[in-house]
Amino acid sequence: MRPRTRRIAELAVEIAVPAVIIIALFAWTAGKPTFYFPPLSDVFERFANTWVFERFGSDAWPSLRRMGIGYALAVVIAIAAGTALGSSPLLRRATAPVVEFLRSIPPPALIPFAIVVIGIGDGMKVFIIAFVCLWPVLLNTIDGINGIDPTLKDTARVYGISGRDKLLRITLPAASPQIFAGMRLSLSLALILMVISEMVASTNGIGFFVLQSQRSFAIPEMWSGILLLGILGYLFNLVFMIIERHVLAWHRGARASSLG
Amino acid sequence: MIAPLAAVAVLLVLWELVVRVGIVAESNIPPASAALSELLNQFGDGAFWSAVGSTLEGWAAGLGIAIALGVPLGLLIGSSRWAYRGLRVPIEFLRPIPSVALIPLAVLIYGQGLQSKVFLAAFASFWPLLIQTIYGVQDVDPVATDTARSFGLGRLERMWRVTVPSAVPYIATGIRISSAVALILAVTAELVIGAAGLGREINVARSGGNLDVMYALIVATGLLGWLLNLATSAGERRVLHWHPSQRGVLT
Repeated sequence: MRPRTRRIAELAVEIAVPAVIIIALFAWTAGKPTFYFPPLSDVFERFANTWVFERFGSDAWPSLRRMGIGYALAVVIAIAAGTALGSSPLLRRATAPVVEFLRSIPPPALIPFAIVVIGIGDGMKVFIIAFVCLWPVLLNTIDGINGIDPTLKDTARVYGISGRDKLLRITLPAASPQIFAGMRLSLSLALILMVISEMVASTNGIGFFVLQSQRSFAIPEMWSGILLLGILGYLFNLVFMIIERHVLAWHRGARASSLG
Repeated sequence: MIAPLAAVAVLLVLWELVVRVGIVAESNIPPASAALSELLNQFGDGAFWSAVGSTLEGWAAGLGIAIALGVPLGLLIGSSRWAYRGLRVPIEFLRPIPSVALIPLAVLIYGQGLQSKVFLAAFASFWPLLIQTIYGVQDVDPVATDTARSFGLGRLERMWRVTVPSAVPYIATGIRISSAVALILAVTAELVIGAAGLGREINVARSGGNLDVMYALIVATGLLGWLLNLATSAGERRVLHWHPSQRGVLT
């Protein structure tokens, strides 16, 4: 095949296969709807009725706000702490076991702790989200700062760059590809923890809605919530990739590692 | 070696002091000594070990299913350009769905026992493995493939002798990530839907107001995660001792 024809054929496959999957799902669920797998058209209809825009303000918005605050807190704290730990080998060695232990705790196990200490309000959910998102960013910041090319550091010293200038112009930019990798990992964690924290103890939120729908056997509503979470996950990932590509445009690695 | 131990000791002393002095109410957090002695207590208790066993059971079964499905599928999708292009969008859409969103579905279909836990753990840990395997296959050095081809190796043999070994480091990383994910989902399932295991015990201890036990179990869960992480890292190093990434300075 000529390259041009091949490119078009590949694009066609990329569009056709998902389309076929969706149509097949439509046909399959419409043909013999079961209680747990309602017709896809019903799910779409509930989705439109529920999320555009009746429950958006009461359930989706509180969820997104908690997730945003928790994630932002985690990123700020992690980059600050990571910079401190990354610049001091002694500090890093000393804190390593504590960091290793804290990040090994499966996050849901901390929810009971957060409920006891903070209560069941927004604070608890923000705390859980922030606590869990902290580690990937922290470890990546430390690694990124550790891995800075020694020549770069020496050059900075020769030119007498130090203090704030060094931090903002050399250390953080050089570590930013890794910091971004950590932030991307944390983003999906934030969404997951948002859902878990709402399922365990909440009176609103998408996770609460999905669990409540299941408990009242409102199956199409449940699926519409799951669909919303899928769309949210996909969109967050997409937006983050666009931002990353923009911010790290100077970094060749960002191009080399992005596939196809 | 001294610095890390000292830091752990300092942290424990701080924990003890903060509670004893009253900066944090003892009704919220018991002193470190109480939680740790309760932990030792738990170690002598059969119920504790059976909870650990249940958690590990969910972890192992979920991770096992994910490996059995994710690696072969990843090899297939990664080695076919057409399959990759066709399935890229569905995978990108399904992958970020938080597996916890499926908890209600799992409860409806599999009930509240082990099956739900395994389903959730398997679903969540499947994606990192699939993606890592696909990337690994696509990252095979073209020179190696061409060399194998010019030596007359067939498709299957190329797969087995060139593609799989070059993808192994990626798969190993995938297994390490997936192992942590599987444990998280196992504990989540226990906590949210009440399947037997450490997560349920933690929740029971909390609702019973038994804080010493709750903190002891949280620490135990952390230790379990840490040990599993250690084990998978050690396994990775063993299998990949020939690979450049493992030859460097070990931390």
